[in-house]
Amino acid sequence: MSAPTKTHPELSAVFNKDEERVNWHDETLWWIRQKRDKSANSIPEWEVLREKASQIKSNALSNLAGYLVSFEEKAKANGIIVHWAADAQEHNQIVHQILQKHGIRQLVKSKSMLTEECHLNEYLEKQGLEVIDSDLGERIVQLAKEPPSHIVLPCIHKKKEEIGDLFHQYLGVAAGTSDPQILTEAARVHLRETFLTRKAALTGVNFAIAETGEFVVCTNEGNADMGAHLADVHIACMGIEKIIPKRKHLGVFLRLLARSATGQPITTYSSHFKKPRAGQEMHLVLVDNGRTIQMGREDFRASLKCIRCGACMNTCPVYRRSGGHSYHNAISGPIGAILAPNLDREKYADLPFASTLCGSCTNVCPVKIDIHQQLYKWRQVIVQEGYATSAKKMSMKIMNYTLSSPGVYRTAGKAGRWVLKYIPFAVNNHFNPWYKQRDMPEVPKESFGEWYKKNVK
Amino acid sequence: MKRVGLFIPCYVDQFYPNAGIATYQLLKKLGLDVTYPTGQTCCGQPMANSGFEHLTQDCNQLFVDNFAEFDYIVSPSGSCVLHVKEHLHTEKSEEKAAAVRTKVYELVEFLVDILQVKNLKAKFPHKVGLHQSCHGQRGLLLTQMSELVAPYFSKPQQLLAQVEGLELIDLKREDECCGFGGTFCVVEEAVSVKMGKDRVKDHLVNGAEYITGADMSCLMHMEGILKRENSKVKVLHIAEILNAG
Repeated sequence: MSAPTKTHPELSAVFNKDEERVNWHDETLWWIRQKRDKSANSIPEWEVLREKASQIKSNALSNLAGYLVSFEEKAKANGIIVHWAADAQEHNQIVHQILQKHGIRQLVKSKSMLTEECHLNEYLEKQGLEVIDSDLGERIVQLAKEPPSHIVLPCIHKKKEEIGDLFHQYLGVAAGTSDPQILTEAARVHLRETFLTRKAALTGVNFAIAETGEFVVCTNEGNADMGAHLADVHIACMGIEKIIPKRKHLGVFLRLLARSATGQPITTYSSHFKKPRAGQEMHLVLVDNGRTIQMGREDFRASLKCIRCGACMNTCPVYRRSGGHSYHNAISGPIGAILAPNLDREKYADLPFASTLCGSCTNVCPVKIDIHQQLYKWRQVIVQEGYATSAKKMSMKIMNYTLSSPGVYRTAGKAGRWVLKYIPFAVNNHFNPWYKQRDMPEVPKESFGEWYKKNVK
Repeated sequence: MKRVGLFIPCYVDQFYPNAGIATYQLLKKLGLDVTYPTGQTCCGQPMANSGFEHLTQDCNQLFVDNFAEFDYIVSPSGSCVLHVKEHLHTEKSEEKAAAVRTKVYELVEFLVDILQVKNLKAKFPHKVGLHQSCHGQRGLLLTQMSELVAPYFSKPQQLLAQVEGLELIDLKREDECCGFGGTFCVVEEAVSVKMGKDRVKDHLVNGAEYITGADMSCLMHMEGILKRENSKVKVLHIAEILNAG
């Protein structure tokens, strides 16, 4: 456990200093939410599909051990070399060893949130290896030396002019270029060279099928395929929760994934990898990194159903106005806020509180994770384990004392509604964050209770 | 005659007595036997939502002691009602608490689902923006949620449609959160304020004279923003509109 350097409220306050930028960020993501709505509404059985996906995932998680063993057996029979990693460290070491064995010092990597979670890039760079991210958005944030701010749209926080500046600095495009077409072409040329020269490619995994031992990678840019098809060594990394029982279940998830993510009917590429081509080595790393612990938490188990579509981020009114980096975690937004405390309650104690519990995330989730209910439940766990600040604890105790006794409540109310006036929801706050940008409610002559006493009985 | 226990949330009691008075008068007009148990304080939500549900035992017990005897418990706050429905438990009288959880109603759902009010005698000749509070909407299903692929309905709209002269305005984002969120409004001040400003703006650009809703807490938040911006637009609890004229 470790304390965060800066908390979500602090980082969001910084983000909100530029209101125009917040408006732009909010509108951009809201536009994606609207595309998702339009797409979902074109499928009359949408809600049935969500329920089905949720149930398949329940089945997969309830029988995970059996499915994993079956998957490993089939994958091995297909010629894939299977590795198991208990945690991030082990995962990174396995990838490093595979590269070492082949004497490879350069890796091309398509999008994988798991490797972000494990901080693979930093690890390999420390060992003197070079990693190039081939997803355009990931490449942009990599050049900017930033983590992704969104799991599907890693550089959604960057304006095209800023991307132009980066490409000017690193890829040699003319200064002041902001035309997306020109920028994309520059990235394409740069990445093409990378694909052709890399001997090893790493991809993520969207779905792994227990029945067949194959795995499916979904991208829009075809970058996973470009990497994997050209490299001598293909390493695929997946969290153990990516298992689905049968190939026929894939249709349910592929119909939901891209519609929930961006409103597209399906990702441009849904690539099935079953066995290495002649002369290629194919590795698969199955990673736990806290997932079995989360499995053991009844209240939070369903968080492992997540298929990483990002819909909860796009709809979240807090995410849209605080930006992905304010969550200081590889996975941001509402889903990140229920996954992160599993690994470190102290460092991520602020995240379950970065929500109004409005419930929109739960409604867009294609696998029906009860995200806002889990946020509420994490709050209870975090407080009970002692990670709430002492100031907050005190104010809550006083408030509780006040509100559990009618006598004290009446006195507090009468003796001055002014007490409440300065401290709307945290009784012993010395400064009042409400009043900074909002007026206080006008204080009425009498409370409802007083009116009732006078006028009714 | 069935007995109605009136649950007036703490901040409504202290800051918005008119919402409470309108609720009381409206229910009386509809011929109900309404009592306000004077020993009530709060549902405990501010503590529970902040992660202190384990401290709410006394508060919950008090709630049960005050309201167990009634056939219906009605309140002009979706958020507080949802909290009672989902989280009211007591060590001493869990059976009573369970009964309370099933017979507590937010005012709008009580009027539409239980009383099946079809013809309110109310008049409010103004342009009104309806704020869907999240707990009322997504928690109590007062209005269909924009995220779902499902037929539209809206209980507050059903009632507002019965008010003579009232013109309901369209909003760009029909059910976005206002950013109040209980202690969120002070803990996450920056984001909370921005959410509030954006929500208010949607009502303003669409010509609202009044913003209404079934939750005074959201309205209190938006009022704070409106007043700071010196706006003439006012907030009114839906009970005050349904009881007007």
